[in-house]
Amino acid sequence: MSYDVVVVGAGPAGSAAALAAARAGLSVVLLERGPFPGSKNAYGGVVYGRVLDDVLPGWWDEVPVQRWVTRRSTMILTGHQALTVDFRTSDWGQAPYNGCTTFRADFDGWLAGKAVEAGAQLLTSTVATGLLREGGRVVGVRTDRPDGDLRARIVVAADGVNSFLAKEAGLLPKTDAAHTTLGVKEVLALPREVIDERFGVRGLEGVDVEILGCTRGIPGGGFVYTNRDTVSVGVVVSVQHLAAAKVRPEELVADLKAHPAIAPWVRGAEVKEYTAHLIPEGGYDAMPELHADGLLVTGDAAGMCLAAGIWLEGVNFALGSGLAAGRAAAQAIAAGDVSRAGLACYRKDLESSFVLQDHKRLRRAPGLVLSERVQQRYPGLIADLVQDLFTVTNPTPKPGALRLLRAAAKRNGVKLRHLAADGLAAGRTFR
Amino acid sequence: MTGYDEIAFDDRMATVEFRVGERAHIVVDSEVCRSCTTQACVTACPANLFAPTSDGGILFNYEQCFECGTCYQVCNGEGALSWSYPDGGQGVVFRHG
Repeated sequence: MSYDVVVVGAGPAGSAAALAAARAGLSVVLLERGPFPGSKNAYGGVVYGRVLDDVLPGWWDEVPVQRWVTRRSTMILTGHQALTVDFRTSDWGQAPYNGCTTFRADFDGWLAGKAVEAGAQLLTSTVATGLLREGGRVVGVRTDRPDGDLRARIVVAADGVNSFLAKEAGLLPKTDAAHTTLGVKEVLALPREVIDERFGVRGLEGVDVEILGCTRGIPGGGFVYTNRDTVSVGVVVSVQHLAAAKVRPEELVADLKAHPAIAPWVRGAEVKEYTAHLIPEGGYDAMPELHADGLLVTGDAAGMCLAAGIWLEGVNFALGSGLAAGRAAAQAIAAGDVSRAGLACYRKDLESSFVLQDHKRLRRAPGLVLSERVQQRYPGLIADLVQDLFTVTNPTPKPGALRLLRAAAKRNGVKLRHLAADGLAAGRTFR
Repeated sequence: MTGYDEIAFDDRMATVEFRVGERAHIVVDSEVCRSCTTQACVTACPANLFAPTSDGGILFNYEQCFECGTCYQVCNGEGALSWSYPDGGQGVVFRHG
């Protein structure tokens, strides 16, 4: 069988690529190794869908949403303290919305359906077991179907964080534990009205909480977000440091659920599903080459997850890069040049969009956010400082804020010059 | 104690659907594992599928694998793990990922 484009992986990147390529009139086959799209996927909270505005106008009326996030909290925890910055706005509860929670089995299936409507052929339960190559050029994929090989002018590797295709092509290293995190998540069942009451929302309003300081010092963070009648709770941690700490990942989720600030939200809830998935968190500097002769790499396979502290995004980058891959395939085939040079339009397109611009701007963020002081010292420092500020010490007069800062820094093993240096680094990182 | 009780690991894994294929998609060479100083897979695997054996090796059961890749990312021993995906349609099936 021969196609213009074979897309491997019907996640958001692959389905977006298949959609764009099929709309451009190409013959497209979209391979999914699971029994249905999304069956192998898990994520950590929010799909930001605005990248779909031009492609699927009115997408918000049909996307399989669990809840629209109208309340976004950032939390700093220590064993016994919690500081929350809690923001809510009704603006995010109406079109065009900002972000939604969803189940990937629903969302990925919906998007793959859009690609099929546009003319792509979806083949589920099909593993792409390797690349077909001729003279160094990629000319298709091998599959585990009986009739095996699928030839194509362009292969789009949207095969996720473990991308065996990008590895086989020599674009990704075999392992990259330093830039990979593990997400583990529990989906907890609670009656819808209980969720509404505990989280202070109603209707389709939802909450996303991102948490620092809840991972026993292992670089990473935690999250809690609401679905209609479930709450998802999990942690994301560096695989390298998790392994070194010899801590079992589900224990970190148990810690989080038992924390006095989190426990009231999930009390009495039953575990409905436990999931685990890797995340490529190296950012811009860890990204592979994005194209080769006959090959485009997109989504998680290309390391396009933004793990920049206050911004934690991935599905939107998968969508954005996937759409660009589909457009680039069409452009290269129209120009009759699917070589590495002919596919360079893919990178150019990404460089002009949020996909690479956000990553480039925030290239220092993953290192800073996962650094030892941010992970192990600052949560305690900040929580202690706030506690001291709000502890009324009468009859002793109030100490000055600077004195409290010095004391909190000392107690948490932070030198003020390091604090200043990290403050400057943060300023440079997030400018 | 109500609600705060952590569920048993078997009950946790019982919430996940697995369509178990006949082929083991991950194979561990226990000979290599015997000389591994960290055996990091034992604690890091979110499905807890790597069990140390009395002779210093590793016993692995592929049936409840999340196919996440943590084990090969943390593996120390060159060639200890041969890693592939299950055949099409088999393996883990997430509903609420």
